Amino acid sequence: MHRALHIVLGLAPATALAFAAALAFAAALAPRPSAAGDLRDLYFGESLYHAYQGRYFDALERLDAELAQHRRVDEPERDSLQYHKHSAEFSVGDYELHYRMHHRAGRAIRAVLESDVEDPVRNEAAFRLARIHFQKGQPQDALEALERIRGEVPVSIRDEIAFLRANVYLALGRPAEAVDVLKGLQGARNLGGFAAYNRGIALLQAGRSSEALQQLDKAGQLADADPATQAIEDRSNMVLGKLTLESADYERAQRSFDRVHLEGPYSNQALLNAGWAYTAAANYERALVPWNVLVQRDATDSAVQEAKLALPFAYGKLNAYGRAALLYDKALVSFGEELQKVDASIRSVREGKFLAALVREEIKQDKDWVVRLRLLPDAPETFYLTTLMASHDFQTALQNYLDMEDLRKKLLTWRSGFAAYEDIIRLRRENYEPLLPGVDAQFRELDAQMRQRLEQRDNLDKRLQGILIAPRAELLATADERIDLIRIRSLEAALRSSADPQVPALQERLARVKGAIAWNLRTQYHARLTEAHKHLLALDADIAVLKTRYDAFVRARQAAMHSYVGYDDPIKRLRSRVGDALAEVNTLMARQGELIETVAVNELKARGTRLEVYQTQARYAVADSYDRAARAQASGGAP
Amino acid sequence: MRHVVISLVLNAVLAVGVTAAHAQDANREQMKGLDEQVQEVKSDVLSIAAELNQLEEKLLYPSNTHLAVFVTIAPGETLRLDAMRVHIDGQLATHYIYTFKELEALQKGGVQRIYTGNVASGQHEIELSLAGKLASGQDYTRTERFPFSKEVGPKLIGVTVAGPDSGKPAIAVGDWH
Repeated sequence: MHRALHIVLGLAPATALAFAAALAFAAALAPRPSAAGDLRDLYFGESLYHAYQGRYFDALERLDAELAQHRRVDEPERDSLQYHKHSAEFSVGDYELHYRMHHRAGRAIRAVLESDVEDPVRNEAAFRLARIHFQKGQPQDALEALERIRGEVPVSIRDEIAFLRANVYLALGRPAEAVDVLKGLQGARNLGGFAAYNRGIALLQAGRSSEALQQLDKAGQLADADPATQAIEDRSNMVLGKLTLESADYERAQRSFDRVHLEGPYSNQALLNAGWAYTAAANYERALVPWNVLVQRDATDSAVQEAKLALPFAYGKLNAYGRAALLYDKALVSFGEELQKVDASIRSVREGKFLAALVREEIKQDKDWVVRLRLLPDAPETFYLTTLMASHDFQTALQNYLDMEDLRKKLLTWRSGFAAYEDIIRLRRENYEPLLPGVDAQFRELDAQMRQRLEQRDNLDKRLQGILIAPRAELLATADERIDLIRIRSLEAALRSSADPQVPALQERLARVKGAIAWNLRTQYHARLTEAHKHLLALDADIAVLKTRYDAFVRARQAAMHSYVGYDDPIKRLRSRVGDALAEVNTLMARQGELIETVAVNELKARGTRLEVYQTQARYAVADSYDRAARAQASGGAP
Repeated sequence: MRHVVISLVLNAVLAVGVTAAHAQDANREQMKGLDEQVQEVKSDVLSIAAELNQLEEKLLYPSNTHLAVFVTIAPGETLRLDAMRVHIDGQLATHYIYTFKELEALQKGGVQRIYTGNVASGQHEIELSLAGKLASGQDYTRTERFPFSKEVGPKLIGVTVAGPDSGKPAIAVGDWH
């Protein structure tokens, strides 16, 4: 009978346990973006900003680019990302996991593991890699990564490593080792009730049933206000209740189900099971309490539907056949209405409305968007699919569909951007191309002049350096003095070939003038040399300004050119890649959507079949109850 | 009666269950295959995005005129930042209103790129205005102006905002490379 009860409840114990254990891991060890701490790299901070909002595509895009640039720089130790390098590499892995890119996840972390780093960093990398393997469903690889942990381990992840190790042992069918590891984690605050619950599961898998029940009993009474811990408590109580119900320990089963919170994901199942536990103990009166609460709840819930049959069944057992008949009647009406809803939902799904509801933007703003789908007034197809949508496979398919939709929108935006880019490029070309030849001609002229002046400056510099080594005062003569000296030399030559009697006197005068110039040059030598250096420095300042302008012009000239040259090939290539990717995304979306619809319709059909079975049963039972009520009345008993 | 209820339900549920299990296995396989293809497309689109970003940066924000402004909230700050307004050389560059998720991301240490644009090299002025609420529920607005110099390379300005009780400036600006 109890086996039948479990099947009626919809979950065999082992399935329930496996599902529960997997979820306990996901909640406790979900990867989080590595905190930036004292932020030194804006782009890393920007990737965190996207990741904290769940926008992992943008986060990955930003961080991939930043890490690639960091790897390209000549002196990475001077790059601002160096300070966050390991956090960034760990974060890439986390983002990839969140974005469900399991194939890529772990590449960056593996690189850290292989590099020459300190123990704490290497150990954290090994832990993160193990977590990725575990989430990919590769527990053996996860264990191998964990085996690489040695030496100093950061305190912040010690418990998480042990918890992961225990989960890996469980996945590898080594529950005894998991039990030992989890024993040491019972006080770990950050793991809430997960360690307690998982130890119960491990004990169960290790065949230590009695200890398992005790452990689950403990896990079910943690009395913590934290919602995650409360959910674990409820889960522990559900598993414990089902196990004790199976072993005919009805009282303990009742206590366990009664402990499940009245509001929460397990509430309806707990109320239903509590009723069955009382029924199994032939305590039909007590069974009425949870079932009367349950039948008032959402009529689409499978537990509520089952309670609509179970409640009159209990009244029948209490010989209240009239009441039972009325309730079976009500159940019939309700099942009929629900069947109509299921049929409408199937039609709606086939018309594509389910997929349309899934991609509605306002829904995705809420982290509990799957639950909120039920609240959409014009999306009845979602009413029956909440349970289905909570399953891991379906969630992955749904998320992939939504990711494809996001990618499709991005690709469409990018595709429409190319025409605008080409327009910009065309306008720039039209603007610059007629101007540039004239500008270039002017520039060449100025460039030649500038080079000449720079050469002159260099010559002056060389001369001054020469004077410092071998002083030559005549090189410091002023222009007038130089002209005077030339004239003197010319006059001297003329006098030498003249026969005029006044020549000696004139030669003497010339020598005096020459002597005067030489005197000035010698006596003013140091002052003139200093002055010449000052002029050279002033010239250097002017040349620096000139060079700055020259460089600015060259840059502006290059920028003008780069603003419209060299884009044709990249745009052509990108346009083609975007087009290909868009076609691929559309194909995948169609296939993914079709599959989601098929699974949804199958689920709805299964729920419909179950409702039909309930309906048939209610029809039979209502007739049977009326008969019994009539017979009871005829025999003078209470109806 | 009880026996009948259970056996009827059991038979029907088992029948549905067996058929559903086969269909589920087939669907699961299909989903797995699709998941792998989805991962490949994601990888491909990420690589397109990287190339496209480079193209856009080169075409729209070349390094000699590139200016980017980033906003972050001081660590431990309880200020609820509602909006930021950025003027550059007197011209409105952007007026940004934050969603709850964005605010939460900033409070956790994320950095928002609020503006990307172009300015010529030389001296400029940035005016930053914030509007928000303090933990007490009181409105909080501040406006500050800062001069900055644009050189040849890209200019990154990091803006850190804080409330009056933090002991830090309401709006602080830092230079990043």
